[in-house]
Amino acid sequence: MRTHALFKPARTIDSGQAVPHLAQFIMASTQITDSSQVLELTQPLPLDGGQSLPDARIAYETHGTLNAAKDNAILICHALTGDHHVVSNHPKTGKPGWWVRMVGPGKPIDTDRFFVICANVIGSCMGSTGPASLAEDGKPWGMRFPVITVRDMVRGHVALLDALGIESLYAVVGGSMGGMQALSLAANFADRTRAALVIASTARHSAQNIAFHEVGRQSIMADPEWRDGAYYDHGKGPEKGLSVARMAAHITYLSEAGLTEKFGRRLQDREEKTFGFDADFQIESYLRYQGLAFTDRFDANSYLYITRAMDYFDLAEEHGGLLANAFAKSKARFCLVSFDTDWLYPTADSRNVVHALNAAGLPVSFVELSAPYGHDSFLLDVPALDRVVEGFLSETCRGEGRPNA
Amino acid sequence: MSLLRPDLAVIAANVAPGSRVLDVGCGDGTLMQALRDDKRCDARGMELDSADVGLCVGKGLSVIQGDADKDLAFYPDQSVDYAILSQTLQTTMRPDVVLEELLRIGRRAFVSFPNFAHWRVRLSLLWGGRMPVTRLLPIPWYATPNIHHLTVEDFRELVKERGIKVEGAWFLSGDKQCSAAAANFRAEHAVFLLSR
Repeated sequence: MRTHALFKPARTIDSGQAVPHLAQFIMASTQITDSSQVLELTQPLPLDGGQSLPDARIAYETHGTLNAAKDNAILICHALTGDHHVVSNHPKTGKPGWWVRMVGPGKPIDTDRFFVICANVIGSCMGSTGPASLAEDGKPWGMRFPVITVRDMVRGHVALLDALGIESLYAVVGGSMGGMQALSLAANFADRTRAALVIASTARHSAQNIAFHEVGRQSIMADPEWRDGAYYDHGKGPEKGLSVARMAAHITYLSEAGLTEKFGRRLQDREEKTFGFDADFQIESYLRYQGLAFTDRFDANSYLYITRAMDYFDLAEEHGGLLANAFAKSKARFCLVSFDTDWLYPTADSRNVVHALNAAGLPVSFVELSAPYGHDSFLLDVPALDRVVEGFLSETCRGEGRPNA
Repeated sequence: MSLLRPDLAVIAANVAPGSRVLDVGCGDGTLMQALRDDKRCDARGMELDSADVGLCVGKGLSVIQGDADKDLAFYPDQSVDYAILSQTLQTTMRPDVVLEELLRIGRRAFVSFPNFAHWRVRLSLLWGGRMPVTRLLPIPWYATPNIHHLTVEDFRELVKERGIKVEGAWFLSGDKQCSAAAANFRAEHAVFLLSR
């Protein structure tokens, strides 16, 4: 057993009531409710930037039952603007969880078999400690929040696994930035997972990836309401900037064919062009709506910090420049999935990881699926993805006993 | 194993138990499954068709979607005991390069291919005067993935030229074996076990 020095009594977000201490917590694991919970770390979380994060909180959600051997846990890692509400309704928008089509009883990630954990990354604004959280002086961190990396996010997840008494995951699963966390966990905490499923992701951010993120960040910082990140007391944040950042990013999540099919050059609620700058086209109206809706649920500073973490992500660089070295200690099975219309993290990015895993001699599967939705395909209705996820997870433990056995 | 295609059955019967195997063009993973389940092999695969890769992953097999012409380059030297190429050589852009790659990656290589000099194919071309469409080569010339047809004699010549050792050879007509001497006329399929 690992030590649990990091753990102290946590509270649920909703009720604010104390949850029993660790020993009871584990014994009572079958009764864990499906609502958000918070782990408060008693030790500062060390960070790649050299600083550490004191009093960090990790918000998370669990579904299903942890078995007695504690070997049926799957950690799901969320994407840039995602959260731990993987199947429960979003507390701000009321919309269903972001992966209800994949996770649940009888679904490809089957909560009847697996104990599914999804944790909000540090730096976010959905319950885990981020720039909008209060620092030790009682004021929001703002830009005083340390710059974090994907590996730092994973350190937070590992602290949560320690607290839950889970030594080794059945699998870590993630799409997009979630896939980066899955790769980082499999590489840097090799003994903590027996499989990694990485969807529509990459082992490093390309110049084009960084470029799009920089457009978003500059858009936020150019908004006078941003106030160098100290907008929390002004009742109003850089909503225009954040909205434009989201509009630009949203384009990268779609495909040209998908946009053409959905919107084409069709006009929005009008017969003719107005010869002005209203949202004449449906695509303009759609993007403006997406941008505005985003500002209701996401903190602008969190967007800055998380996009920075992604830009800094280069798993090979962390391991002496050779990606195969990153996986030298891993014994996990890997599965990578890309989509043919994803130009944000194209198939070549996944192949790059596959070749490194091959060179490291690790068992790896890879498939490029055909789907019309671009990068967002990993969240949408792609039955072939369901089959691959279900198949990979169903057989991962071959030779190690079934998780419920 | 009796359910395996005859050339795959020959390969499965002659792989040493517990070997590391790379099946290039593994299709739906039938051979890999047999090697894993019956011979305790550590079997990896490569397959061009994404639906087949999906099937393999569902069977718990480690299979990469890839192209024998391009993606073998990323496998380390001598990293498996056997590299297997069944019924795929004649579909590659450069069969000679693929063959060299198999023997770079594997200490040994199994290669199976349809024999274009089988008497039925010869008769079909001789009497019909058109590219043969037979039971084993059922697709017309313009649609077939077999872009480099070869014969048993052609293959023997190639391996000799490249200094490759033939450790074993099996010649199949249906599910029956035929002699090496008559193979170029009577064999529908050939299976070679090669090494450097």
